[in-house]
Amino acid sequence: MDSTVVTTDARPGMSQALTVTQLTHLIRDTVRTNPLLARVLVRGEVSNLQSAPAGHVFFTLKDAAAQVSCILFREDAEALGFELEDGMDVIASGDVDVFPKKGTVQFLVRAATPAGVGAFWAAYQQTRKKLAAEGLFDTSRKRPLPEFPRRIGVVTSEAGAVVHDIVTILRRRYPMAHVIVAPALVQGTGAPASLRRALASVTDRADVVIIARGGGSLEDLWCFNDEGLARAVATNRVPVVSAIGHETDVTIVDFVADVRAATPSAAAELVSPDSFELAAQVNDAGHALLHAIRRTVAAARSRATSLGERMSPRSLRRGVDANRARLGRAHAALMAAVIQGVGRHLDHMEALGRRLDLLSPLATLRRGYAIAEREDGRIVSRATEARAEAALAVRFQDGHIRVFVEGHREAA
Amino acid sequence: MTEGPTFEEALTSLEEKVEALARGDLPLDRALALFEEGLVLYRRCHAILAESEQRVSKLVAATEGLTEETFSIEG
Repeated sequence: MDSTVVTTDARPGMSQALTVTQLTHLIRDTVRTNPLLARVLVRGEVSNLQSAPAGHVFFTLKDAAAQVSCILFREDAEALGFELEDGMDVIASGDVDVFPKKGTVQFLVRAATPAGVGAFWAAYQQTRKKLAAEGLFDTSRKRPLPEFPRRIGVVTSEAGAVVHDIVTILRRRYPMAHVIVAPALVQGTGAPASLRRALASVTDRADVVIIARGGGSLEDLWCFNDEGLARAVATNRVPVVSAIGHETDVTIVDFVADVRAATPSAAAELVSPDSFELAAQVNDAGHALLHAIRRTVAAARSRATSLGERMSPRSLRRGVDANRARLGRAHAALMAAVIQGVGRHLDHMEALGRRLDLLSPLATLRRGYAIAEREDGRIVSRATEARAEAALAVRFQDGHIRVFVEGHREAA
Repeated sequence: MTEGPTFEEALTSLEEKVEALARGDLPLDRALALFEEGLVLYRRCHAILAESEQRVSKLVAATEGLTEETFSIEG
């Protein structure tokens, strides 16, 4: 404290008064130098949580009788490994400090763990850091999924919605693949070993593997944070797509998988091309084939014709005729194949056509309605559009009549 | 499914033939042969798409290693 600073207040006894700045700095220095207030652990409930645009997080830690305002700077917030939430019971570590500008005491939180699951989180962070340091999460390690997998492995519980969803989606999108389910325990202490066994056995038979589990509590999903399982996924012979818990749950298996899907259904879609798109691709190729051969033949024909006009050799004519016959046969065969291929589409088009017909004005007329048209052919859809004493044509299903408008009548 | 190229092989081969034909520098004889081969592949692709029936099996531990059993999600 600078003792040479003197206030301008001249009243007796007040000459030793501190400025507010001096007071707050004094408090701050007292707090900062007290070893009991450095590196403290505080347990309390998070409330009034607010995130600043810069990434810093402000909140209050409270218990039944007291509260302290807290700040968590961005870099510490990013390293936290979980999202703080209002009402959460946490153990926070950090230092106490005083902000002279507002005269407030604040707890500078450096790290925190949920109080209930502190041990879990410590283990999770440890494994995560270790595997990240080894580069197992690097995007350069991620492998592309096979475009046309012939055998798709699914590691999950054999009961429940997850396997049902995956199999149903694969059946709809891509029935040509053989799906091999490798049942595994997906929670509990035996789960990591069971999952590893299932992964290893299905990998021998598949081109791509989905490892999936439905939503559950943190403890339920815990086996997917197992280091041994994570290493097995990372080094699996064929690519692995993970879909574990809900979209907001991120396990270590998700970090090491080649692709992380938000849900089991999304995983099924990621590993399979859509048969309808494939059919469109085949049809495009068929059309391109037909177009190319037509052009080739047309070019050959015009060459032959111009040659023929000049020399007219019989043998050349014969060659052209033979090729033309061959083309005719090929063309007929193609058309037959196209018709076969698009048969289903044609049925669909016919159904569409019938629906269109129902909606068309002609169908409306058949149901007994009539349409009024002005002399210029435009349809009169409102009474106010018909001027008095104007001529209108009224169309019925069997023809039209000419009428004159007498006048307007109020709507009922 | 009868023996023959897989869907992927058939589609790739079909697209190669289309590309070769579209270049337009082939003798007519060769072009027609390519076209006919393309037609076979086109049919093959459609047949695989239309006739594929999904197979789902489950791995089951057996006395020696693993076997595959039919798996039904309706069960």
